[in-house]
Amino acid sequence: MMHEAFESVYNVLGRDFANAGKVSTSIKDTLKRLGINPAVVRRVAIVSYEAEMNLVMYALRGRVMLSVSPDAVTLKIDDEGPGIPNIELAMQEGYSTATPEMREMGFGAGMGLPNIKKNADQFDIRSEVGQGTSLFICVKQAA
Amino acid sequence: MAQYHHSLRFDPERCEGCMSCMRACPTAAVRIRKGRAVKLADRCIDCGECIRVCPRAAIVPLTDQMADLSNFELKVAIPSPALYSQFDSEVFPSMIFSALKQCGFDDVESVSPACDAVTIATEIFLNEYRGEYPLISSFCPTVVRLLQVKYPELVDQLLPVLAPREISARDAKARKSRETGLPPEKIGAIYITPCPSKIVAILEHPGMRRSYLDAAVSISDLFQTLAAAVSRIQETEPNMDTVESASGLSWSFLEKFPRSLPAENTLSVAGLPNVIRILDDIEKGRLRKYRYIECHACPEGCVGGCLTVENPYLARGKAIKLQQNLPAGCIVDRREVEASYRKKDFLMDEYLAGRPLRPLDADISAAIHKMKERDRIYADLPRIDCGACGAPSCRAFAEDVVLGEADKTSCVFFWQRDLEDRIEQLAELIKAQRRNIGGQL
Repeated sequence: MMHEAFESVYNVLGRDFANAGKVSTSIKDTLKRLGINPAVVRRVAIVSYEAEMNLVMYALRGRVMLSVSPDAVTLKIDDEGPGIPNIELAMQEGYSTATPEMREMGFGAGMGLPNIKKNADQFDIRSEVGQGTSLFICVKQAA
Repeated sequence: MAQYHHSLRFDPERCEGCMSCMRACPTAAVRIRKGRAVKLADRCIDCGECIRVCPRAAIVPLTDQMADLSNFELKVAIPSPALYSQFDSEVFPSMIFSALKQCGFDDVESVSPACDAVTIATEIFLNEYRGEYPLISSFCPTVVRLLQVKYPELVDQLLPVLAPREISARDAKARKSRETGLPPEKIGAIYITPCPSKIVAILEHPGMRRSYLDAAVSISDLFQTLAAAVSRIQETEPNMDTVESASGLSWSFLEKFPRSLPAENTLSVAGLPNVIRILDDIEKGRLRKYRYIECHACPEGCVGGCLTVENPYLARGKAIKLQQNLPAGCIVDRREVEASYRKKDFLMDEYLAGRPLRPLDADISAAIHKMKERDRIYADLPRIDCGACGAPSCRAFAEDVVLGEADKTSCVFFWQRDLEDRIEQLAELIKAQRRNIGGQL
């Protein structure tokens, strides 16, 4: 059955640490107002935060597109940025290309992408070096 | 919808609808309707920010008055350690205790031993805990309610160890019952409170089958009588023995790290906006490496409670000074506390459930529809959060309209635009009429 979906687009600017995390807070608040199950809200909060921080740390700019239907929450994240040369490697826990300053801020433990995948029911990543990366994430409402 | 207990009452006689409380409310729980402030009960977390800012004293804390306590055969005061910091640091807790007795209490129980015992219980719990991190302190009732309402998925991370005030009340009742032979229910345990939220904790006893406390009298209500009694005692000789500790006193204000717990991987935070930021970060999975985070709703901790009388920074300074004259180490027997902990004496005995805000609609499809409508309305609003409509922000107003709780024309900007449109339509109509008449002539 087709349901109406709620959609929203958020723009994220690379290196904009002052606003980093606001998009995921806003997404999380939206889901709560829609009455989405708390466990799903929490998974989406983690996923969207990790993705948002990846944008802020590595990309020039990017967009987070949220879509909420009664059965699932999906996020499409596109960025213009350096891209990921070896996705398989990037998906390994503990692998990180974070600079010392990113680590200083508590990031770069190499858990970002693995964490996103772990919390998603569907996950897809495509990347082109020198162009950018896109992620597709789906968290289902019911088991 | 379940009825929630609250510790504040808005007095419509005194309220002038000035919007101070509406702007200060951290959970957008106040609206101005017909020129008077009203509280949205499911959103209010009893933080008392509205009490602080109301210029008309129109928000009345529902703490107990001394006269309400006459039905107890015996009254034991359990003073929050924040009470000590309301006096100069030369006024020792023993004098305050004697003064409390002069104010009508039969006995006074210090919270310090319970504070030290709860610290030990917390250490044991943390060592044996294998669930999600970080754990979040549960002694501040406003923080507990904030989690229940706005962060229901974090409620399982609330530390299930009882607050020191509850342990003290239980111990005081047992002690007085032994001493006097009275049954515990004839003994009233009365908290001397720096904030109204303790009233809610007594009435709703989250995580407990019942609260050991029976009532709460505010520091601000008691202060004048108490200060007079203290000055009388200063002239004579202090006479009451108290058991205090520097670590017990530290529960009343924000320290760099939580109490005597190991500083490694713990955090302390005070003030609601800061607490909210920390909870947002926990929700995003950002603070998993922290084991325990202590959250105080009031600025600088309980010394900054809205029912205290001293400036919170001065109070904190006085508390630190007083600490230097108190025993530095733990004042309870560790092995005794451990044994008591194993008997579950320190743990909550009831499941503490979240109670998330009612969403836009119970049905997600309908909620999605309303959310889109809300965004359409919002796009039409001036987005300057002027408050003239009676809602704290244009976003909140758009939501109120979608929920049928406000009318779009309450927005002066919308109303003006609507009026201009109508005038234009009318002008067109008149012009057309004139042309018609002209044609007839």
